[in-house]
Amino acid sequence: MYNFEFVKPSSIDEAVAALGEDEAQALGGGQTLIPTLKQRLARPARLVSLSGIAEMKGVGAEGGVLTIGGGTSHATVAAEAAGSYPALAALAGNIGDPAVRNRGTIGGSLANNDPSACYPAAALGSGATIVTNAREIAADDFFKGMFTTALEEGEIITAVRFPVPQAANYQKFEQPASRFALVGVFVARGGDGVRVAVTGASEEGVFRWSEAEAALASDFSTGAIEGLSVPADGMIADLHGSKAYRAHLVGVLTRRAVSAAS
Amino acid sequence: MIQVKMTVNGKEKSGEVEGRTLLASFLRDTLGLTGTHVGCDTGQCGACTVHVDGVAVKSCNMLAAEADGASVDTIEGQAAPDGTLNAIQQAFQDHHGLQCGFCTPGMVMSAAALLKDNPRPSEAEIRFHLSGNICRCTGYHNIVKAIMAASGQDVSAIAAE
Repeated sequence: MYNFEFVKPSSIDEAVAALGEDEAQALGGGQTLIPTLKQRLARPARLVSLSGIAEMKGVGAEGGVLTIGGGTSHATVAAEAAGSYPALAALAGNIGDPAVRNRGTIGGSLANNDPSACYPAAALGSGATIVTNAREIAADDFFKGMFTTALEEGEIITAVRFPVPQAANYQKFEQPASRFALVGVFVARGGDGVRVAVTGASEEGVFRWSEAEAALASDFSTGAIEGLSVPADGMIADLHGSKAYRAHLVGVLTRRAVSAAS
Repeated sequence: MIQVKMTVNGKEKSGEVEGRTLLASFLRDTLGLTGTHVGCDTGQCGACTVHVDGVAVKSCNMLAAEADGASVDTIEGQAAPDGTLNAIQQAFQDHHGLQCGFCTPGMVMSAAALLKDNPRPSEAEIRFHLSGNICRCTGYHNIVKAIMAASGQDVSAIAAE
């Protein structure tokens, strides 16, 4: 790992100022960024730790909306959202492994937008709002393809607001070595209809399966999507699974999620 | 260089680190606490697991500067000062929960974190909790058995494999 200047501000304003320098990079829990730095795939001149910012931590539920600070660890979400949004808590409690969950943060995961990460599916599937130091971004406008988001340089995810749906479920087909999703599907049924978000499958990163959403809106049952499938074109292919295999898993996991959420 | 201070196994420790210095390197190279092992150095294997402010973390995946002011517990702090093993360590010995021993410090620290939250875990809960700790020798069976025994559960019905 190349060396860098390390700073640890205690407020969002200080962090934004520290990120104003050239080649500054925000550090969440570091569970992806530190391995990336070790491989010298990134070379920031300055690393701005967000872990000392108290105002970016915590879970709060009010009026059917769950708000999670951007610096909140997966373990905290798993424990504290269990009552208010069980599907989200279960997703958080199955990311990586216990030690990773103690360090990794929701803001870090969303900002990284790994095409196989779990949280992007929850944010897109729930119709969440990503709150930054500068603005609010709907999840539908946030994810811009593999490892790409709507975030500007130096913009920090300070919180994520999840409207809590009537029913939801996340099904993850785990790649056992990395513990990322080979494919993961988040299904949520709320006042505005049904959302189906798929991670791990597409070369474009997390996406909504609108055909399944339309079918489930009028009939929220596995029968409604029995004959539906996503095209294999554009799916990820690697030694763990072909395009066709991933496309097949999307259908299987969506039906499992609908069944579990029914 | 950055000056860091932390409480390691109950004792005040300080030292100078670079921004890039990993907590595992600080513990091993600066403090000489080489019981924390670095296996994969990618955050996968869990041999470097320590507790920071009471929760398990992979010390190869955390910067030393991030632990400034924290309380850190390592494998060296697990036994009593006279060398008497704690219940988890003793159970690993009694049930032969190791073969080469390289992963053992991380296994013991992960087990300690589990038992703090869940004093009587089921076999399935133990296996789920150890998902981030990789052993390439024993196949986990005796490790799981040792953790069940350390939590006061009867393991006589579980055959050795």
